[in-house]
Amino acid sequence: MGKGTKLIHSGSEIDQATGAVSTPIYQSVIFAQKDVDTPGQWEYTRSGNPTRAALEETIATLEGGKYGFAFASGMAAISAAFLLFSAGDHILVSRDVYGGTFRLAHRLLPRFGFDIDFVDTTDLNQVKSLIRPQTRAIFLETPSNPLIKITDFRAIAALAKEHGIITMTDNTFMTPYLQRPLETGIDIVIHSATKYLGGHSDCLAGLVITDNRELAQEIRFLQNGLGAVLGPQDCWLILRGIKTLKVRLEQQQTTAGLLAEWLQTRPEITEVYYPGLRTHVGRELHFSQAEGAGAMLSFRLQNDEQARLFCNRLRLPVIGSSLGAVESIVSIPAIMSHASLSEKMRQELNLNRSLVRLSVGLEDYEDLQADIIQALED
Amino acid sequence: MKLATQLAQVGINREEKTGAISTPIYQTSTFCHPALGQSTGFDYSRSGNPTRQALEDSICALEKGQRGLAFASGMAAIAAVMSLFKPGDHLLVSDDTYGGTYRLFTTLGAKNGLNFTFFDFTNLDYLPNLITPSTRAIFVETPTNPLMKIIDLEKLVNNAHQYGLLVIVDNTFFTPYLQQPLDYGADLVLHSATKYIGGHNDVVAGLLVTAREDLGEQLAFIQNAVGAIPGPHDCWLLLRGLKTLAVRLEWSQHSALHLAEFLERHPAVKKVNYPGLPHHPGHDLCKKQARGFGAMLSFEVETKEMAAQILERVKIISFAESLGGVESLITYPETQTHAAIPLNVRRKLGINDCLLRLSVGLEDPADLEDDLNQALEFNR
Repeated sequence: MGKGTKLIHSGSEIDQATGAVSTPIYQSVIFAQKDVDTPGQWEYTRSGNPTRAALEETIATLEGGKYGFAFASGMAAISAAFLLFSAGDHILVSRDVYGGTFRLAHRLLPRFGFDIDFVDTTDLNQVKSLIRPQTRAIFLETPSNPLIKITDFRAIAALAKEHGIITMTDNTFMTPYLQRPLETGIDIVIHSATKYLGGHSDCLAGLVITDNRELAQEIRFLQNGLGAVLGPQDCWLILRGIKTLKVRLEQQQTTAGLLAEWLQTRPEITEVYYPGLRTHVGRELHFSQAEGAGAMLSFRLQNDEQARLFCNRLRLPVIGSSLGAVESIVSIPAIMSHASLSEKMRQELNLNRSLVRLSVGLEDYEDLQADIIQALED
Repeated sequence: MKLATQLAQVGINREEKTGAISTPIYQTSTFCHPALGQSTGFDYSRSGNPTRQALEDSICALEKGQRGLAFASGMAAIAAVMSLFKPGDHLLVSDDTYGGTYRLFTTLGAKNGLNFTFFDFTNLDYLPNLITPSTRAIFVETPTNPLMKIIDLEKLVNNAHQYGLLVIVDNTFFTPYLQQPLDYGADLVLHSATKYIGGHNDVVAGLLVTAREDLGEQLAFIQNAVGAIPGPHDCWLLLRGLKTLAVRLEWSQHSALHLAEFLERHPAVKKVNYPGLPHHPGHDLCKKQARGFGAMLSFEVETKEMAAQILERVKIISFAESLGGVESLITYPETQTHAAIPLNVRRKLGINDCLLRLSVGLEDPADLEDDLNQALEFNR
């Protein structure tokens, strides 16, 4: 079955009892037992819910894993993944990650006795040099957010396996339609399903997927124990979003590619970050592990003030701290999605206020181009 | 602004006090009044609801009309249109029309004193002979359901307006993304929004757009008085559906042409009705008045048994009675969508027990072709 067909027909099987084509929304907290001695398949919605199970099976199939878990937000999913580990464990986290992940790893996890080091995962030697006997996990994003750096999944996975380290990656930017990290040896895949999977800026959700049975058991324990589960209505909306993932992403990616090429020719723009550009240093590596360049791009204007004015003058993209939606979204990561990074870290990464991130939506290319022109030239 | 842009940003209101990108769902039945004799513009959700209004304004803009109105189902929208007329009025209706419309007109409509003549509008020469002093309106579908005939909207409107008749177009199959009948002078456009507009086989709803303000007012009166309105949550789901309409339809119509060509080559298929095929009698006309050929097609196999086998054997395509969703559906007009039309009328039209209707969804076209191919293997 083609991957486009899988998006329409996987996990959320047609309801056998009624034949309903749309997955039923089981807005029920409890499931009645026949008698006290016979627990049914479903008991209590925190532990399991048929609508949530449909989403969990769907994402597991799409990522090529056996086990999927749905959480109340992307951060709830990332928190659960980190909580697989314990006090005294050493974890390596990619330096160029979403600000919320940085905040969790930098401020909250140390309180639980976690030992965290931030590392440039695109530099394998740097990763090697930081591994020590207590190192239990590596967490990465590729393409990274917002600088679109590419990390080599296969090399990191091989290195980690040598040392018995668990690898986790955030696959939000690419989605399984473009990139399936489990196939390259990564152990755990995480999504902010709020973004491309939901796709309509109307639902927060997080997903964790693995092919490893022991890890899955632990994640299930955490999901039920901590209780940061996704409600049935939201599970259904994410399933509804997944049905149009292919057509949304294909269209958005085409537009993003055109915009990236064109932005490079504009004198106001000093640099464009997009893995589909021939000039992108990680291009070859990216296409060895992904089937497309996606629809996220960043670019630099000449200074902070120009970037600020540019964003404020745009009429079509909305200014907001999210991405992956039908409408285009523009942001200045330094003061929005990545405001939680320490000043030192932002400087090291060269993540300043002249950098603009654009999540390309479904608007017509020519309309977006015209809007950007007026915002640059105003 | 291009239609794709308009669709992606449907319902976004930048003036909202919170900045929320997604239209709020006003799940409220009533609204507080600031003081006696004052209103916020919303009083009671049957009369008006902000979420419903966002949908109504959006479809109105997309169809380039004066007023948009939402209903509990496509049939509720058609019933509202029927309520514009009074006993003794005469309406001309496309002969090849959805069975539910036919049933409504010939039972409830007839009971209330309305007269209907069903007619093949692909040939307009005979039209003047059908018009009587009590004729008030022409109701058409184009493409027609299920035979995919194309009616010349411009010519039809010119003819109808000469006699002072209203032209009502059911635009469900094409949506405003492919066809905007008001551009050709039609007075009213309606949709079963359950289909492409919702697009996910998960909401039942209807929409109406009028080209004239007076018609909009009359229909708004009917909407409020009869009360067949969709709830706020369903309105919101339709707005959500509209946002992906362009990409869904582009993809599906691409696959539909592929499947129409495949079916035409298949020895067990006698006939394929799809306006995208160059030899389809309405091909050039469709090209002229629409921006595409859509994703609906019907085809005829040799025997009733073959049709039954296909319905039983399809695996990816679901055997179900609807259309326009992300999932591909196959329908048997003979006993499903068109069962309400009398047998002799069906036969005269060419709707027989060997005809199948296919709504092409978003699956990979190669998978759909394989599915049809295995379902079409007969032991002969």
